[in-house]
Amino acid sequence: MTGPNATSRGAFFTRLKAGLAKTRELLFMNVEAIARGIGPVDEKVLTDLEEALILSDAGAELAAEYAETLRAVWRRGELPDVDALRARLRKMVAETLATRMVPLVVVPPYPFVVLVVGVNGAGKTTTIGKMAGWLRLSGHTVLLAAADTFRAAAIEQLGVWAERAGADIVKHKEGADSSAVAFDAVRAAKARGTHVVLVDTAGRLHTKSHLMEEVRKVVRVVGKEIPGAPHEVLLVLDATNGRNAIAQARTFQEFTGVTGMALTKLDGTAKGGVVLSVTREIGAPIRFVGVGEKPEDLRPFDAESFAEALF
Amino acid sequence: MFENLSEKFQGVLKGLRGHGRITEGNIEGALNEVRLALLEADVNYKVVKEFVAAVKEKALGAEVLLSLSPDQQFVKIVHAEMTRMMGAQAQELNLARRPPVPVMLVGLQGSGKTTTCGKLALHLRKGKRTPFLVPADVYRPAAVEQLKVLAGQIEVPVFDTRPGADPVAICRDAIAQADRSGYDSVLLDTAGRLHIDAQMMEELARIKAAVDPGDILLVADAMTGQDAVNVARAFHEKLGLTGVVLTKMDGDARGGAALSIRAVTGAPVMFVGVGEKLDALETFHPDRMASRILGMGDLLTFVEKAQEQVDEKQARELSRKLRRNEFTLEDFRDQLLRLRKMGSMEEILGMIPGLGGKMKELKGMAPDEAELKRVVAIIDSMTAKERRNAKLLNGSRRKRIAGGSGTTVQDVNRLMKNFQQAEEMIRRMSKGGMRGMGRNFPFPQ
Ligand SMILES: Nc1nc2c(ncn2[C@@H]2O[C@H](COP(=O)(O)OP(=O)(O)OP(=O)(O)O)[C@@H](O)[C@H]2O)c(=O)[nH]1
Ligand SMILES: [Mg+2]
Repeated sequence: MTGPNATSRGAFFTRLKAGLAKTRELLFMNVEAIARGIGPVDEKVLTDLEEALILSDAGAELAAEYAETLRAVWRRGELPDVDALRARLRKMVAETLATRMVPLVVVPPYPFVVLVVGVNGAGKTTTIGKMAGWLRLSGHTVLLAAADTFRAAAIEQLGVWAERAGADIVKHKEGADSSAVAFDAVRAAKARGTHVVLVDTAGRLHTKSHLMEEVRKVVRVVGKEIPGAPHEVLLVLDATNGRNAIAQARTFQEFTGVTGMALTKLDGTAKGGVVLSVTREIGAPIRFVGVGEKPEDLRPFDAESFAEALF
Repeated sequence: MFENLSEKFQGVLKGLRGHGRITEGNIEGALNEVRLALLEADVNYKVVKEFVAAVKEKALGAEVLLSLSPDQQFVKIVHAEMTRMMGAQAQELNLARRPPVPVMLVGLQGSGKTTTCGKLALHLRKGKRTPFLVPADVYRPAAVEQLKVLAGQIEVPVFDTRPGADPVAICRDAIAQADRSGYDSVLLDTAGRLHIDAQMMEELARIKAAVDPGDILLVADAMTGQDAVNVARAFHEKLGLTGVVLTKMDGDARGGAALSIRAVTGAPVMFVGVGEKLDALETFHPDRMASRILGMGDLLTFVEKAQEQVDEKQARELSRKLRRNEFTLEDFRDQLLRLRKMGSMEEILGMIPGLGGKMKELKGMAPDEAELKRVVAIIDSMTAKERRNAKLLNGSRRKRIAGGSGTTVQDVNRLMKNFQQAEEMIRRMSKGGMRGMGRNFPFPQ
């Protein structure tokens, strides 16, 4: 199993491009020279490129770094036109992220436990719903653990996704202990021989240490029941977020030991350039990108498409 | 990266401090630091450019204030400009019309609309109003249920949205029901949507046309990055936003998106969400938001305190006295007392930008609390004549003063030496104006 819909990269790419085209209409993208891809490279073009990087949330420091490198290449006469410049930048970005293109592989011994964490509204529950869909399609049995016992109707929300995907669900009442839910789910999966457990947790801001301790406890409890579990701690990041994603990654890493990331809401105009900084902060690969709210809108992360959509 | 923004600022500000005034030449470093800070705080690139240009113009054209050193003045200008851009005053909902008044909440997926709906209902009820909640998100699984649960928690009536119903019809029916039941305000929780989803944006326009809302609030996540301008512009162009709610402000995001959204739409931020509980809603304070985005709260506190204690009029008066060689022991005592009012010595030293490690060293130079008391007691034991003319203080007078203030002649002698040093230092400073006085005066460096 290498990931959902690996073949539909073309469609995904078209979709990202469509989003990008719309952004350009929205005035604030003033990088015409780069967008047109014609004409000679000059200082103005290099500044525009730095601006485009900043507008993607890559950060001023990193943008300056890339611009500096490209300026040096340009001075050596290796960048005849804007097209070449853009291609070079894409290549640089794609190469940086290539090492983070590691798909999630579900392997025995079962149950394979995935704990999904992130800040409020990042897209955790939806991502779980989508993951359950492709896991089922690829022949796995799936159990969802409704460990978000805090947010109103979070359990019902996950229930809808379980039904859609044909997955089991283990739930307690609202307000119950989330690690108790996770524990029961793992137990049930063991007893039933279920392949995969996807644990949905409540959204939490990484600055709230008592909530971070709570999710750390879920990790511990699951690990006690099944040595080596959770096999994946998936951090969900919202591509609309700016520089704060760095602090999110750092803190979730510290408390839960993140082993993979999902970048959601890439179907909008936000580029998610902050992952260029996030991957400097933590070593986890990017497993998925979310490009919509439908079950099929989950894709494996592809460094080249990502870099291409960035500019 | 910029956790310790103040510290970063202090480095560049030091460059400003050495100069008599802010000039084109010495301001560039400081402006660049502001630029980087704002970008890292997620203020949109274009907005940052405009902001920095505005600050530069104001700083170069600013009247020289005697009460503030150039670096302090710069901090003040940056903060004032940002506060101005954030919008002067906290604003309330526009409910003064024939009830029921509909309020539409719109925004991207996951921005916090449903929770904010519940919070606003509670807020309105505290203001003796009778809100009605309307779940109009029929797309996201269990979104209707979510608002119904929240309504139950705060015991606010909620419209019984049927699954699969048309959102426009839901809103229209809900308002008719609110009218019949005598509710005076109606909160419409619309589904999260992307600003580039033409069909879904059209749905919002149809709801607006159907219900004629008193307010249309954009609910935006404080963690939003550069894209905030695109989102805000699209929603504003389609609907004409009247206000903004900034959510998840209880985290550590600086919330620069607030400035971007404001710049693009002109709509005021009305509320901020500061927690998951339903009472975690606050009115918006532009000046606090400005400090947060800039990350220079402690610097500002110092500047404000310094300015409070050394007001412009006093500073000019002192400057005049100095020019005429009229600086007296009375002035010396007044300055000491003024410094005391700013807080304990340690506190003051702690607030001085860039001091950090040098604090210990400096502590030795400045009088401690006990010594300060002693100095004031000595000066108080002098006659008015002596205070105005220190030359009168011969040996026997010093002995009398020591006795009167419960100190020793050595103490009095030391004070006189300090006073002379201060006088000398001030004279030197006053040649290039009196910048820096608010901070170091009257302690020689
Ligand atoms: N456009 C778009 N919307 C998404 C995507 N992923 C999630 N969403 C939407 O974002 C909103 C929040 O998603 P949830 O899955 O409820 O997020 P969560 O992290 O579980 O939220 P909490 O549990 O409340 O913290 C929902 O409206 C989702 O439909 C995506 O990739 N693209
Ligand atoms: Mg959830």
